[in-house]
Amino acid sequence: MDTKIQVKNRLTAAFSENQKPLLNIYFTAGYPALNDTLPVLRALQNACVDMVEIGMPFSDPLADGPVIQRSSEIALENGMTIKGLFEQIKDMRKEIHIPVLLMGYINPVLRYGIEKFCEDAAAVGIDGVIIPDLPVREYMEDYEEIFQKNNLSNIFLVTPHTSPERLKLIDDHATGFIYAVSTDSTTGNTKDIKQQEEYFSRLKGSGLKNPLMIGFNVRDKESFAFATNYAKGAIIGSAFVKAITGSKNLEKDIDVFIKGIR
Amino acid sequence: MNFTVDENGFYGSFGGAYIPEMLFPNVEELKDKYLKIMNEESFITEYNNLLKDYVGRPTPLYFAKRLSEHFKAKIYLKREDLCHTGAHKINNTLGQILLAKRLGKRRIIAETGAGQHGVATATVCALMGFDCIVYMGEIDMERQKPNVERMKMLGAQVVPATSGSKTLKDATNEAIRDWINNPSDTHYIIGSVVGPHPYPDMVARFQAIISKEVRAQLKEKTGSENPDYVIACVGGGSNAAGAFFHYLNEKDVKLVAVEAAGMGVDSGYSAATTFLGKPGVLHGSKTLLMQTADGQIVEAHSISAGLDYPGIGPIHSHLFETGRAEFLAITDKEAFRAAVLLSKLEGIIPALESSHAIASMAKLNLKPSDTVVVNLSGRGDKDLMTYITRKEEFLKD
Ligand SMILES: Cc1ncc(COP(=O)(O)O)c(C=O)c1O
Repeated sequence: MDTKIQVKNRLTAAFSENQKPLLNIYFTAGYPALNDTLPVLRALQNACVDMVEIGMPFSDPLADGPVIQRSSEIALENGMTIKGLFEQIKDMRKEIHIPVLLMGYINPVLRYGIEKFCEDAAAVGIDGVIIPDLPVREYMEDYEEIFQKNNLSNIFLVTPHTSPERLKLIDDHATGFIYAVSTDSTTGNTKDIKQQEEYFSRLKGSGLKNPLMIGFNVRDKESFAFATNYAKGAIIGSAFVKAITGSKNLEKDIDVFIKGIR
Repeated sequence: MNFTVDENGFYGSFGGAYIPEMLFPNVEELKDKYLKIMNEESFITEYNNLLKDYVGRPTPLYFAKRLSEHFKAKIYLKREDLCHTGAHKINNTLGQILLAKRLGKRRIIAETGAGQHGVATATVCALMGFDCIVYMGEIDMERQKPNVERMKMLGAQVVPATSGSKTLKDATNEAIRDWINNPSDTHYIIGSVVGPHPYPDMVARFQAIISKEVRAQLKEKTGSENPDYVIACVGGGSNAAGAFFHYLNEKDVKLVAVEAAGMGVDSGYSAATTFLGKPGVLHGSKTLLMQTADGQIVEAHSISAGLDYPGIGPIHSHLFETGRAEFLAITDKEAFRAAVLLSKLEGIIPALESSHAIASMAKLNLKPSDTVVVNLSGRGDKDLMTYITRKEEFLKD
């Protein structure tokens, strides 16, 4: 398939424009309160993060640890839906200029309808999508065209056990970046990413066409600095969600958290 | 029509392996090796010997005379309730532990709802001397205390699943998360024909011993291998897949899959997936699922913890979609009364899950000439507390 359309959006631009390590923050839509999605996004941009992932909550988030499980559960109790999320962020591009990705599990997306999902995401200014339980083969057969038509990047995960052949396949179909899961774990684990030097070096030296971002168990200044020795940037999820849990002043707490990272 | 899995793990439009990359190497290894291992001479010998001497197979095919008079048909019960540990579940756990041994994995994890699959897994782990960790919803641990104690006595560690609805679906989530965190030394023994390919096919093949035996036994008793009906209850659908397996391509044999209607299909407290579900993805496969308009999985309800699951295995979604099997839904009350009926007429106290299959015969317009095989998937000892506490409510009027 050489009819590949180039995906070009804020996300792909962010990698070509920036030399400094990129900070990508994950947070759950509709959390802590239903209407916090946009305020959190705004505060993150004000704190100078380079890109964000908005989590679309799912009842059964099987790649997530307790912190994101809990935020998803509360967001769903708050009434968060994909439809509601698109409504909340429909005008975000009037003020938000950093790349925005959506992250979530395949079932709610299928229910919404994959074509409509991609169209609506593109319409509100989403740059890319991460669906951990969408396998590469399925993506290639049924989804790639739709993503490309809507100029959406699709982000695949790789792990310490992803074979070189598979890494190449993923690199061939990734647009945006490759999400390197730091350790064998669900999100928000306590495994130490410092043990992963061999794996990170291997990825760094594997001649990938796409930039690399390291995520899972990146949680503070130290782990961020370590991860970005090997990758263009790193992704912080659970540690951030924990930091805003119970927050009385989102703007301030978010600023403090981000300043603590770099 | 084809009812076996294709090379990508699909039954028609259902199945597949919708898993995060973290699980890919494990699932891929299993996919590459399961058929080869299952066909090895040494595997077959070890499995068959243990099925015979340890599980107690073949289980009898019993002509239930008084039950036959009651329903006015010729009814045979496939006595999976007589398996060691009291249900069909051990056919699968025994097969999978022998497979895990050959894969060099000695740490075993499992999910369980009622505790039957957990007990069957803990049992084979004790047999092999492997570590066993069973995830069980916090609510189910409370509901099924004796099985929790059984698992502990067998040396297993029982870990409460405290997320979400705290039942089988969440225990399955926890088991999958464990596997993500321990990819190298661990094998996940899934308890039904659910999960990513190759699990549904692998579990169906281990349970296929049920219909293999039925064919031979029925031939001996009636002169024909084929009955008019094969009936089984469906939680995830492993006992049904096993009972149907060797009849899938026998067009004259009607297959009846019985789901739990709970308090009624439309009561909001039901587990009747084919009546209420829409296609979706949960626990690694595309299948029919009970879910909200927004794609959130909803909680199932059934008096029997083993049927209390918001989905069914992809093979059953395919059997439903193609019309190859007829799906019926039986309420808590109908199942409860069928359990009492079978106990009184035949001296067999069935599991509440299996009672759904018994109850369904009242809805089938059976003729006196019909030969009916009902898969009696388990015995009722585990449900005694329910039989005691809900008697008044279900047996009045
Ligand atoms: C006796 C019995 N029958 C049936 C089931 C339902 O499982 P499946 O649909 O996989 O046979 C269970 C599950 O716990 C069970 O214990």
